[in-house]
Amino acid sequence: MVGPFEVMETIKMIEEENLDIRTITMGISLRDCCHPDGKAARQKIYDKITRLAANLVKVGEDIEKEYGIPIINKRISVTPISIVAESCDEKDYVKFAETLDKAAETVGVNFIGGFSALVHKGFTEGDRKLIKSIPEALSTTNKVCSSVNVATTKSGINMDAVREMGHVIKEAAALTADKGGMACAKLVVFANAPEDNPFMAGAFHGVGEPECVINVGVSGPGVVRSALEKVKGADFGTVSETIKKTAFKITRMGQLVAQEASKRLGVPFGIVDLSLAPTPAVGDSVAHILEEMGLEKCGTHGTTAALALLNDAVKKGGTMASSYVGGLSGAFIPVSEDAGMIDAVAKGALTIDKLEAMTCVCSVGLDMIVVPGDTSAETISAIIADEAAIGVVNNKTTAVRIIPAPGKAVGDVVEFGGLLGSGPVMRVNEYSSSEFIKRGGRIPAPVISLRN
Amino acid sequence: MRAVITVIGKDRVGIIAAVSTILADCNVNILDISQTIMQGMFTMIMLVDMSCMKIDFSELQDKLENKGHELGLSIMVQHEDIFNSMHRI
Repeated sequence: MVGPFEVMETIKMIEEENLDIRTITMGISLRDCCHPDGKAARQKIYDKITRLAANLVKVGEDIEKEYGIPIINKRISVTPISIVAESCDEKDYVKFAETLDKAAETVGVNFIGGFSALVHKGFTEGDRKLIKSIPEALSTTNKVCSSVNVATTKSGINMDAVREMGHVIKEAAALTADKGGMACAKLVVFANAPEDNPFMAGAFHGVGEPECVINVGVSGPGVVRSALEKVKGADFGTVSETIKKTAFKITRMGQLVAQEASKRLGVPFGIVDLSLAPTPAVGDSVAHILEEMGLEKCGTHGTTAALALLNDAVKKGGTMASSYVGGLSGAFIPVSEDAGMIDAVAKGALTIDKLEAMTCVCSVGLDMIVVPGDTSAETISAIIADEAAIGVVNNKTTAVRIIPAPGKAVGDVVEFGGLLGSGPVMRVNEYSSSEFIKRGGRIPAPVISLRN
Repeated sequence: MRAVITVIGKDRVGIIAAVSTILADCNVNILDISQTIMQGMFTMIMLVDMSCMKIDFSELQDKLENKGHELGLSIMVQHEDIFNSMHRI
């Protein structure tokens, strides 16, 4: 039997340090739901999702109760809808988003991801229709999340798609102006998008994935911070070791929950995403871990180095704790979802430029960034292009989830509520990038893509 | 299935009696008990075997939680594996 101190350590992590399983995400292939008649395709989609995920929420809740560990979200990811819908000749795909929303509602999950298109090398007709449908789809549904992959290391950056996404984001914001541009919080533009990511808004079920799979994302910034409090002033070797040990313990929880959910649902276990996902709750912040390392405020000089160490140690510790690792795996830095980040922006310590540097050394990218409502579509496209370039050249995933909040200016704060938190409006560079974005075409794949 | 029951709170007469009476009524066998004072709090940890339990896991959880409220203690029941997987390889 484990000793009393070990029992109490686990309980303290859960009760006081916000250790939780962020999400159990069921990936469902919809490749067999294509149909020339859109209505028939949507019926097949609805039936398949509600059949396979019928017990997902109940199983999640049972595990939560039995093991005493909170599982915050139960989610579904599906095959990119551009692939599923393009056999039908409908002009837009909003109705497909409505079907996903309805299915998610029926089975009781928090989110459903996969209103997506993969256009890193070019568009198919279905991709074009899907991308055009995104603003309306996200403003008329509640649980649907959307993502578009515009670049990969292997194929370079599709700058036509980058340009298009600037407009899509602006339009999505305009359609949800009364909610601060909320639709944009459900839309991610990716470079090197992973096919097995359990986290929203970027989750979709990749074409190389099996019929149905269970992926799990863990979370525990508070636990890491608390562990670091005990090694105040120690050198970086000690800091790294401490994070590794903590990440190992956190990830073991993810592995246990993933295996148990997979067994009870009769669905294969896919991956555990080794993540440090913050929430707006006090004590659940990645920024505060960086500050615990000795930075007065997140965003000051040294932040990138601190985050690089954190990200690497999380992966080293987590890898050993799980049999299959995947997804985004790394520390997340979503500004509006992290109390420490919000505070750092409000105090002027953290800027978009610094965040961009930080995305070179951690998972995802510019995440949940609120910018002034008058930011042009071209500037947003240019921000996406910069992030995509970082991802493509460094052979890693990067993403942009940016909200040009209508009518808001620097200094304002936009409330999204729940896990999405509240975002302070951040300054963007006022000089134009429009001639650059107007060029279009493809930025060729970098030479590091030639590995054969 | 085996579970760990944790009782945390201010020490008082009858804690073990109260918890073990409920367990006996439900046909849950106590395999191991340890108790200690941690950061000034009474902490009791029990390992129990639930393979012959007469009620549902969640029913037992409710019974123990209610007893905890009555006695001013926090009582938790968790599957043993959460601790094993975190602390044992």
